[in-house]
Amino acid sequence: MLSSGQLQQLLSGAWTTIQVTAYSAVIGTLLALVGGVSSLSGSRLLRWFTRVYVELFRGVSAIILLFWVYFTLPQLFGIFLTPLQAGMLALGTNMGAYGSEIARGAIQAIPKGQTEAAIAINLSPFRRLRHVVLPQAIVLMLPPFGNLLIEVMKASALVSLIDLSDLTERAQNLRTLRAAASLEIFTAVLVMYFLISLSITLGVRMLERRFGRGLEVGSGLGGAVK
Amino acid sequence: MTAGAVAQASPATWDWDIAQRMFPELLRGLSVTLQATLVGITVAMVLGLGLAMARRSSLPVVRWPVIGFIEFVRSTPLLVQLFFLFFVLPDLGVRLSGFTAGVLGLGLHYATYTSEAYRSGIDNVENGQWEAAVACNLSTRTTWGSVVLPQAIPTVIPALGNYLVAMLKDAPLLSTIAVLELLAVAQGLNSQLFRPLEAFSLAALLFLAVSIPAAILVRYLEKRYGYSRD
Repeated sequence: MLSSGQLQQLLSGAWTTIQVTAYSAVIGTLLALVGGVSSLSGSRLLRWFTRVYVELFRGVSAIILLFWVYFTLPQLFGIFLTPLQAGMLALGTNMGAYGSEIARGAIQAIPKGQTEAAIAINLSPFRRLRHVVLPQAIVLMLPPFGNLLIEVMKASALVSLIDLSDLTERAQNLRTLRAAASLEIFTAVLVMYFLISLSITLGVRMLERRFGRGLEVGSGLGGAVK
Repeated sequence: MTAGAVAQASPATWDWDIAQRMFPELLRGLSVTLQATLVGITVAMVLGLGLAMARRSSLPVVRWPVIGFIEFVRSTPLLVQLFFLFFVLPDLGVRLSGFTAGVLGLGLHYATYTSEAYRSGIDNVENGQWEAAVACNLSTRTTWGSVVLPQAIPTVIPALGNYLVAMLKDAPLLSTIAVLELLAVAQGLNSQLFRPLEAFSLAALLFLAVSIPAAILVRYLEKRYGYSRD
């Protein structure tokens, strides 16, 4: 059996995993919203720029992106990134690229009449987006965003490869120290990851109910975006 | 390479000579990445179909463990699963080579995804087809093999294509379990020549040169088969 000290180490690793996931998710969500809106913008330059961002950051593998950010950015620009900064930058930009496509799909699924009505009552483009389109689109975005968040949480295990003491790194560390039977360590770690992922699923479901309140869009268009 | 070594690095410019020296080796690494992906997706396609069929079993003792397995594997990181196969299994007396553990890990992880795709494909086969098979007194094997699967699988092809592209992006994880694929080669070159700029940038570019066309091809397939992931 794992000793309580070892369990403590794993739990502190799990906390790092949660933090990396949360920071990356903040960056990723912001980028996704900006990316989703600007990929539908009237400006061709902006659309083109978003397209390039999405294709590049989705196309390259998260682990290669992470190594590139961590090892080459310092060499290229002389800026030093801590493993945590490199991790959230790589995972966040990666998530943002996938999320942009989700956000775009959700915004496109909102009936044109909503925007037209907002124009008719003379709302500025920003308020149209802020008060009319996005509140409805977010309901559609939530389920696929929940899946994406789980993917990010899983991908956060990669930061163990750049010396960040997350759950995976702690497990590898305990295993190489031969501190406990490797089967026990890894079973505990897999279960912890599973529990984090389960909490994300439940959390997103709560948010869905919260944002879906008073909106018809959740029921009528639910099938439009996975 | 440690954080300390990175801190000392000064801004560098691209060196074409070094890039040229690295290129052939990286290309060999890329071919290993592609091989692992192809074997991995084959495992995922076969195993995923098995999981999808087992999930529909009328026996709860088959159905529930399968559902539990799918949910568990899908919710935990592939990297940890690879470590499990490569580092933990030997302690239990099962020794796998890096490549075998790698394709098995990729295959198992993605089988849980492909099984969901097969499931929706199978669910889309009309009920009448099953009923007709019963009416014709077809055996379970004939019902699956000649009635249900031939109708279900074509609708699943685009989704499988998407998972192929996704798996390609995860294949560099095999560098962590001693498989000399693209990223491992890049890391090796970096520690020999201390040139992360060329090593990792070239690796990323080579990767994009495969993954972007692959993604475009899959999108084309989706259009052609009139199937949309959204």
